[in-house]
Amino acid sequence: MSEITSQSLFELTSNIKEKKLSSEEITKAFINRAEKSKKLNVYVTDNFEKAIDQSKKFDSNPNLDFKLPGIPIAVKDLFCTNGVRTTAGSKILNNFVPTYESTVTQNLWSQGAILLGKLNCDEFAMGSSNETSFFGNVQNPVGENLVPGGSSGGSSAAVAANLTPVTIGTDTGGSIRQPASFTGTVGLKPTYGSCSRYGIVAFASSLDQAGPMTKNVRDCSMLLEVISSFDQKDSTSIDYKRNYYSKELSKDIKGKKIGIPKEYRVDNMPDEIEQLWKNGIAYAKDCGAEIIDISLPHTNYALPTYYIVAPAEASSNLARYDGVKYGFRSPGQNLIEMYEKTRSEGFGDEVKRRIMIGTYVLSSGYYDAYYLKAQKVRQLIKKDFDDAFSKVDAILTPSTPSSAFKIGEKTNDPVSMYLNDIFTVPINLAGLPGISIPAGKDKNNYPLGLQVIGKPFDEQNILNISYALEDKINFKNDISDWWLSEYK
Amino acid sequence: MSINSEYLIERENKQYEVIIGLEVHAQVTSESKLFSQSSTKFGAEPNTQVSLVDAAFPGMLPVINEFCIEQAIKTGIGLKAKINKKSVFDRKNYFYADLPQGYQISQYKYPIVGEGKVILDMPNGQKEIGIERLHLEQDAGKSIHDIDPNNTLVDLNRSGVALMEIVSKPDLRSPDEVNVYIKKLRSIMRYLGTCDGNMQEGSLRADVNVSVRLKGETEFGTRCEIKNVNSIKFMQMAIISEANRQIDLLEEGKDIDQETRLFDTKRNETRSMRSKEDAHDYRYFPDPDLLPLEISQELIEKIKSDIPELPDEKKKRFIDKFNLSPYEATILVSDIETSNFFEEVIKNSDVKLATNWITGELFAVLNEKNLEISQSPVSAKNLSKLINLIKDGTISGKIAKTVFEQMIDGDQDPLIIVKEKGLKQESDPKAIEELINKVIENNSDKVAEYKSGKDKLFGFFVGQAMKESKGKGNPQLINKILKEKLNG
Repeated sequence: MSEITSQSLFELTSNIKEKKLSSEEITKAFINRAEKSKKLNVYVTDNFEKAIDQSKKFDSNPNLDFKLPGIPIAVKDLFCTNGVRTTAGSKILNNFVPTYESTVTQNLWSQGAILLGKLNCDEFAMGSSNETSFFGNVQNPVGENLVPGGSSGGSSAAVAANLTPVTIGTDTGGSIRQPASFTGTVGLKPTYGSCSRYGIVAFASSLDQAGPMTKNVRDCSMLLEVISSFDQKDSTSIDYKRNYYSKELSKDIKGKKIGIPKEYRVDNMPDEIEQLWKNGIAYAKDCGAEIIDISLPHTNYALPTYYIVAPAEASSNLARYDGVKYGFRSPGQNLIEMYEKTRSEGFGDEVKRRIMIGTYVLSSGYYDAYYLKAQKVRQLIKKDFDDAFSKVDAILTPSTPSSAFKIGEKTNDPVSMYLNDIFTVPINLAGLPGISIPAGKDKNNYPLGLQVIGKPFDEQNILNISYALEDKINFKNDISDWWLSEYK
Repeated sequence: MSINSEYLIERENKQYEVIIGLEVHAQVTSESKLFSQSSTKFGAEPNTQVSLVDAAFPGMLPVINEFCIEQAIKTGIGLKAKINKKSVFDRKNYFYADLPQGYQISQYKYPIVGEGKVILDMPNGQKEIGIERLHLEQDAGKSIHDIDPNNTLVDLNRSGVALMEIVSKPDLRSPDEVNVYIKKLRSIMRYLGTCDGNMQEGSLRADVNVSVRLKGETEFGTRCEIKNVNSIKFMQMAIISEANRQIDLLEEGKDIDQETRLFDTKRNETRSMRSKEDAHDYRYFPDPDLLPLEISQELIEKIKSDIPELPDEKKKRFIDKFNLSPYEATILVSDIETSNFFEEVIKNSDVKLATNWITGELFAVLNEKNLEISQSPVSAKNLSKLINLIKDGTISGKIAKTVFEQMIDGDQDPLIIVKEKGLKQESDPKAIEELINKVIENNSDKVAEYKSGKDKLFGFFVGQAMKESKGKGNPQLINKILKEKLNG
């Protein structure tokens, strides 16, 4: 048996079911490794003591019918967890301990999983490098001083560094797929309405979706099966029959039509990304898929549209953090002064920037020119995909326009940071499912990802295509454990 | 003001007309709030009826209370208004300590109910007041400034309670019309059971829009909005004071600023709250947590079929079926409780007598004791018994008043009172004849005068006979027998 922490979810689950490993052994192995991995700064809050207790409890009367029997899992610190501090990476929620559980995490615990702790992320999920977190940046295990992507940077780093078997992140414009791409891991953003948003700290309500982040496609299908559910507590949750994604997982994609959108060949795209995409197309053909050139004509407008819609919703969603009811408060002489001080001190620069953009685009006199126009363009982008999907079953693109960059490299240039999301943002705007799988490396040996985009509710299809490609690509992450310190 | 004259304010040979429009905020009768399951019960301890949604905890999402939707549709039907099959909930963004979300969920561009009308019964005839729209929105919490000298306290019990905002067209022209309009609106909603109309508990409040113009002018003047007036009396006072303030400005050759004002009830004057320039920019946009509200024709039909008889129809029926005067009918239908009481009484008794007794004696007692008819000290059952005693000649109308006075004390049965106190009318012709004989014997001089032509003395003999019978003699019988004796 290989080392516990390097095992996939599938292996760990099998080993528990076959009684080769106990939940306690697994939980302690991950905790032990986490104690030696503090340099990566993946945890905002750990739940180690309680996790060990719960693993013992599981072992004392193991229910092996569970889909995640006694499996310890760390989650992004955007999911509210009952009794465990939830910060959203922000000072303003630094002391916030929910009395309730998000539906998605509840789904994990209901299938036997155990909470290991809360993973670092960009503040309120706003960022592409995990550098906006109040709790400091996260190191990408791929290389020192390299960003792990964002906003689910703690999550991607934790999976890549074997600090959690799998995790869940949230994706508003690429926050699962981009960090997965940067760390050589798998990340899936489900169809909007697939996973409940109840109990997830909101960034942009019409775009936010939770999704699995894993080492491989099979684990991804197993985790999606657990977290996707209809929830009456979320009015945008959709009641449809969900697949047994892991059972129905298949490498047979013969005859599948895969679209290649010409608009994703952006200016100044590195050759290695171009090459990666070509390789992906070749592998898909090898698997018997049919490659079809398609056009998504409004792609260019996706990023500006996103940077109107998302900040607009965020500016309103974040109004509740006002120092009155919970979280951080900076006292003032009167209500207005308290608001100003609390929000000035409690939010970081990127969050403030987006609140300002959002407030501006919703202001009377600007609403029609920005917000309303953006909503119309959003419909056009959606229609592009509808048209494309009348000809193809899925779409293949690169996940990101570059590999992971150095910490600090883009912090003073928000626009170049925003450009990271160029391939992922349109999928959120259209509410579609998209998955990033590791597909190659650049000249620095940093991972690069390919994205498979599907029709609404067609997660099974993009999982199957990814499963087939994964097999052909045979990607191996080259991580040297450079950060490990001896546990004292 | 004479019955047919308009309400005009005079200034040195000039006559000003007052234009009034009302935005009535009516609390929806519902066990739970608009977007959460918290109770709406009035008068609970502060902050005991607050859910995580009402307090806007991170990740909490609104879920529409369908009953409130049905109540709004019902009210729309009662206002003879168009029900919009598609409406949208928007966020109205502003910061205040008693607004936990930092926005109020309301309906801005697409309200649930469109144009309708309300018919007013004015002394000089009927007048139609147009309804512009009705929309649903959340109430805010309550800020309490007078408990703690250094802090403002916030009670969120009311936060999230469903309100219907009913906007009239600027069709009202006098404080009297406002009085009748509010009462009619209240009456319709109480008939429908969609708002209890309790102004003391804040279930019905209004923003009052006032402008003035010279009589004959067709353009509207600049209007001011007086916020949150919570009684009809204060609305009328505010209108008179505000109209005069505006006229004074015009007379001085000054302009009226469009602004929001508050009514100071102690000083009987309005004062500026904020000018148009300082008006909030609420940055309305569709709430992404809620899908557009779609209402099926089936639901509308179902609600329509459940609509009870409303005041206008009931009034027509009372006039047609019971031969009541329009004035009597208007009074009896003005309140659902009154009309129910009336219909209960006339089930077993005479309509004409019932009308007189309810609008006369009963209303006098209610007025005097400041009671609602639902708290009437005399039940419908006992009042109808009393009326039957009059009708069948058991007691006279005069005795009935004495009996009624006793009935008030604990809703006593009039039959028992009449029996115990021996108030039964003497209707035995023999007994009456005997006492008349006595009166004639004792007043032989007056009899002589009468017979010599002094007809006026007849009344004297009636009085004497009544006195002799201790007030219990049947007046008709006394009259009849006296005539026979004296003229015979």
